[in-house]
Amino acid sequence: MGLEQFKNRNVGTQNYTNLDVGVTPVTNKDKFTQVVKRTLKGELFVGLWVTLREMGKALFLDNMHTVQYPFEKLPISPRYRAIHDMLRLLESGHYRCIGCGLCEKICISNCITMDTRYDENQRKEVTEYTINFGRCIFCGYCAEVCPELAIVHGPRYETASEQRASFSLFEDMLTPIDKLNLQQEYDGFGAVSPNADDNIKQTPLAY
Amino acid sequence: METTLVQNLPEVTAAGVIIKAIIILAVISAIAGFGTFIERKVLAFMQRRLGPMHVGPYGLLQLAADGIKLFTKEDIVPQNANKLIFMIAPVITAATAFIALAAVPVFPDFTIPTWIPLLGGVFVPSIAADLNIGILFVLGMMAAGLYGPLLAGMSQANKWGIIGAARTAIQFLSYEVVTGLSILAPIMIVGSLSFVDFNDYQAGGIGSWLIWQQPVAFVLFLIAGFAETNRTPFDLLEHEAEVVSGYATEYSGMRWGMFFIGEYANMITVSIIAAVVFLGGYSVEGIGWITIILKVGFFFFLMLWVRASWPHIRPDQLMWLCWKVLMPIALINILITALVMMA
Repeated sequence: MGLEQFKNRNVGTQNYTNLDVGVTPVTNKDKFTQVVKRTLKGELFVGLWVTLREMGKALFLDNMHTVQYPFEKLPISPRYRAIHDMLRLLESGHYRCIGCGLCEKICISNCITMDTRYDENQRKEVTEYTINFGRCIFCGYCAEVCPELAIVHGPRYETASEQRASFSLFEDMLTPIDKLNLQQEYDGFGAVSPNADDNIKQTPLAY
Repeated sequence: METTLVQNLPEVTAAGVIIKAIIILAVISAIAGFGTFIERKVLAFMQRRLGPMHVGPYGLLQLAADGIKLFTKEDIVPQNANKLIFMIAPVITAATAFIALAAVPVFPDFTIPTWIPLLGGVFVPSIAADLNIGILFVLGMMAAGLYGPLLAGMSQANKWGIIGAARTAIQFLSYEVVTGLSILAPIMIVGSLSFVDFNDYQAGGIGSWLIWQQPVAFVLFLIAGFAETNRTPFDLLEHEAEVVSGYATEYSGMRWGMFFIGEYANMITVSIIAAVVFLGGYSVEGIGWITIILKVGFFFFLMLWVRASWPHIRPDQLMWLCWKVLMPIALINILITALVMMA
């Protein structure tokens, strides 16, 4: 479909297919024929059969649509932007965050607050890290900007809270060290695209 | 109270009738409540849902939860309503539904064992009041039950209630003719208005059921029965999408619950009539009373099934259907039946 066709809002000139609704009967004979035809048509029984079939399918073929929500949850898209997770390095177990502060800088609702210092090995260490979820608009910029895939959007979408400003600390979002083997690599918002290797080019140094 | 039961049965005493009345009231109320659960479950399954699941195993105690809710809710009477009529209207619906059940056979007859003190040896009949005009009485009582919605709608000072009451009136005027005329043909064949006579007439197995002789009357009675119980193709009285809740708009708590119980008791009554008049009723021998329970269960399921499948019709379509289609068919059916009987 070309753009011109798409932009054509003149409904009168487009090709619509009319439904075949038949002819409205005029004479009494035609009216009577229509009544008899409609009376003897098995359409009502088709309707009954459809519901019975669906009932049988739902009961015996496990075709039930209900999700018993608090106990069962539907899988969400990896691109869904829910409560943040802080990931760890799989090898060492150390948190991935390098304290660069990009997420704090890019956060458009100013909900990320962080403080860092140099530890004894002259590495950046995160001393303070909170996200104010009362302010967070879940735009996903922090996950997108993070160079280490350290802050990502996790699957926790039940965000009801007793307080308007509910803060989340770094430790709360960090993968627990004993659950490190369960940590999922993030393929959602801001992650490296599956064909990232193909897109790598040599840095042009000719300038 | 004339008895037409089989001759060698014990005499029906007042104590037996009272016990029977208590049994009917208790059991049918419970079944009517359980019917709401069944309805919700069947409708849910037909829409590929689970229905009530959380109260008790498979949601079975939902019934109790609903009952507690209905009993403990505040009984609100609107300010401008005609208070007396507003308050007795649901009683009319519930009471007539149960009075109608007095004349239909519900559960087998039995004698209370003699070792039970006080009541030992009392014979409890299967029909509380075995009238020789049982069908007439039941149909009349169910028709009188329509006063419930009518008065409720008119007394509550609510426009939706008024519309509901008006619709009750036209529905009543439409289907009542068809009910009477459709059941007239089987009455002519059997020559009696007693349910026991109907049952005895069809005692010869499936081949002797009246549905084979009167298929048209059966279909007509079924349609009229759906209208009589305000079930889905004809639920104009309280169709939520059109008139909020019709005659029941201002009702809450137990008064609304009485409408509900009355409606479900009526469904059971119509199912029993259809089963006894057209499908052979109960049989004393063999698997006996299981048969009528299965038949009544089928009709009850049919009502839910239809509700899940079919859209409902407009009031003018109901009148058109009843007066211009069903009534002529019923009259022709009676005429043909009479001619065949005379020939």
